[in-house]
Amino acid sequence: MLSPAILVPAIINGLLIGAIYALVALGLTLIYGVLHIINFAHGALLSAALFAAFFAFRLLGLDPYVAVLLLAPLFFALGYGLQRFIIGPASHGDDRNMLLVTLGIAVIIENVLLYAFRADTRTIDVPYALQTIDIGATFLAVSRVVGFAAAFAVAFALWLIMTFTDIGRAIRAVAKEKLGAELAGVDVAHVYAVTFGLGTACVAIAACLLIPTYYVNPTVGDAFVLVAFTIVVLGGMGSVPGALIGALLVGVAESLSGLFLGESLGQIGIFLIFIVVLLVRPSGLFGARA
Amino acid sequence: MKALIPTAAVLALLAAVPLVVHSNVTLNFLVVALMIALAGQGWNILGGYGGQYSFGHAAFFGTGAYVTAILQVRYGVNAWLGFVAGIAAGAALGAALGALTFRSGLRGSYFALVTLAFAEVLRIIASVAPITGAGVGILMKLDLGVRTLQFQSRAAFYWIILALVGASLVTAQLIERSRFGVWLIAVRENEDAAKALGINANGVKLAAMVISAGMTAAAGCFYVQYFLFLDSGIAYGTWISIQALLTPIIGGVGTVFGPLLGALVVKSLGEAAKLLAGDAPGLDLIIYGAVLVVVIWFMPRGLIGGFAQMRKLLTRGPAASGAAEAGHG
Repeated sequence: MLSPAILVPAIINGLLIGAIYALVALGLTLIYGVLHIINFAHGALLSAALFAAFFAFRLLGLDPYVAVLLLAPLFFALGYGLQRFIIGPASHGDDRNMLLVTLGIAVIIENVLLYAFRADTRTIDVPYALQTIDIGATFLAVSRVVGFAAAFAVAFALWLIMTFTDIGRAIRAVAKEKLGAELAGVDVAHVYAVTFGLGTACVAIAACLLIPTYYVNPTVGDAFVLVAFTIVVLGGMGSVPGALIGALLVGVAESLSGLFLGESLGQIGIFLIFIVVLLVRPSGLFGARA
Repeated sequence: MKALIPTAAVLALLAAVPLVVHSNVTLNFLVVALMIALAGQGWNILGGYGGQYSFGHAAFFGTGAYVTAILQVRYGVNAWLGFVAGIAAGAALGAALGALTFRSGLRGSYFALVTLAFAEVLRIIASVAPITGAGVGILMKLDLGVRTLQFQSRAAFYWIILALVGASLVTAQLIERSRFGVWLIAVRENEDAAKALGINANGVKLAAMVISAGMTAAAGCFYVQYFLFLDSGIAYGTWISIQALLTPIIGGVGTVFGPLLGALVVKSLGEAAKLLAGDAPGLDLIIYGAVLVVVIWFMPRGLIGGFAQMRKLLTRGPAASGAAEAGHG
């Protein structure tokens, strides 16, 4: 019924946008895998990072792909500080409290942005925003291709950190057996904060990749983070490969449902996938843990 | 019966307020605070006593409000009937959502996430569906009278919401003193142990969720009768999900009077902020978010828990209270 000439570009575009989703989802799944809580501040941090990238371009004239070198470490420090000095001490080691504190932080960040910048939607103009590459079957937006490549580069870098560095080993140890790691001399509070910092840095990178073709307003992160929740649940909470595959699947599903159902219903489609997966198979398609 | 005396005294005291206070501004403040207290008591039944933290109680608030408004505006149903139908619809949604989530074994983070997602799905649907007025919202016709449940005087609305809050207080107290309440607390403290003792954990949680949803829906029904306007952002927005959980947490989670006390504090803080900085968008929510973090950090058992701690300190001395603290932690 539908010719491949329409279907193929839709699928390829879905894969490209899915890669950006993957970055947001990676941060979320990393934090869940180690701290065993869902970071409800993730979306608000993404909004904040998009604003940071926006102002880096407008005020400092930094191209987003350059600004990432500044913003990723900055947001790592922000995430580290949030967990080490606010979320950790405030929640007294209780998971339910930790959820509430991240929710509180989300509300604060989002509304500080709203208070400071109002609900206006802003965009930036970069010369390559409309550039495309001809691959025969379709045209690809340059910024999306860069995003796709960068997402995989970041995932690979994370894998390297987790596998070959001391802090990576400590993170894996805490994720598996917190008490045991603590007894072996691992500073759990530090590991939690590093994990939170890494997750937040992922969000900053995603923001720099998004801003050339996307817009920013105080609640823009929410849409992404609900997609990221879906991906993380789909791929299995805490699973990095699951998040990558889940993100690509969701990207394609969104692109195709947008093609068949229109934009606003496409969004509901994501939620329905999310709720059905949560109810039917909360451990995710690839997760082993119940 | 004796245990209900303090509740009766508090309600009698509050009921006398409009006889003394005639300022519409003050009464309006109290009406909104009581409405939030009712929504918060709903959250408290499930979250405070049952330990199931919902991040999307707006789902019930909004459903109650929309059902009340739509039945009256689109189908000409009597206001009182619409109000009751709104509560029933909220409770039914609670039953459906509870049946789905608890049967799949969703707890903690997952439960918070799925409630949040449901509220968000409902918000998106309400913002596009024609029956809710989509983006424009739904406006109720001004038609004063007892039959239409609309009054000129703030005092009448005040007594109505006070009666609802009174019913919610008595319900919480009855739950606290019943076998059901003990089961619910057992599930909160350790669900697996409760199950091992033969408690039907899912059934207990489901019952709590239905009561909880009905109460929060009642607050939504009241909202639309009072303000006569509704859109998807009001009905299913973050503001109500946050306040529903904030009030019991500030006042004292899992206590009868926590939500009422918390609602008065939250609303006072919101008003104080407006006085200091003007009515800027987002300001009240910044304060609510900050208060949430600070209360969890420094007063995890809320104001009521804080008072109890202080009394213990004064009567028994620091040593005894230190021991109690250690036992609790």
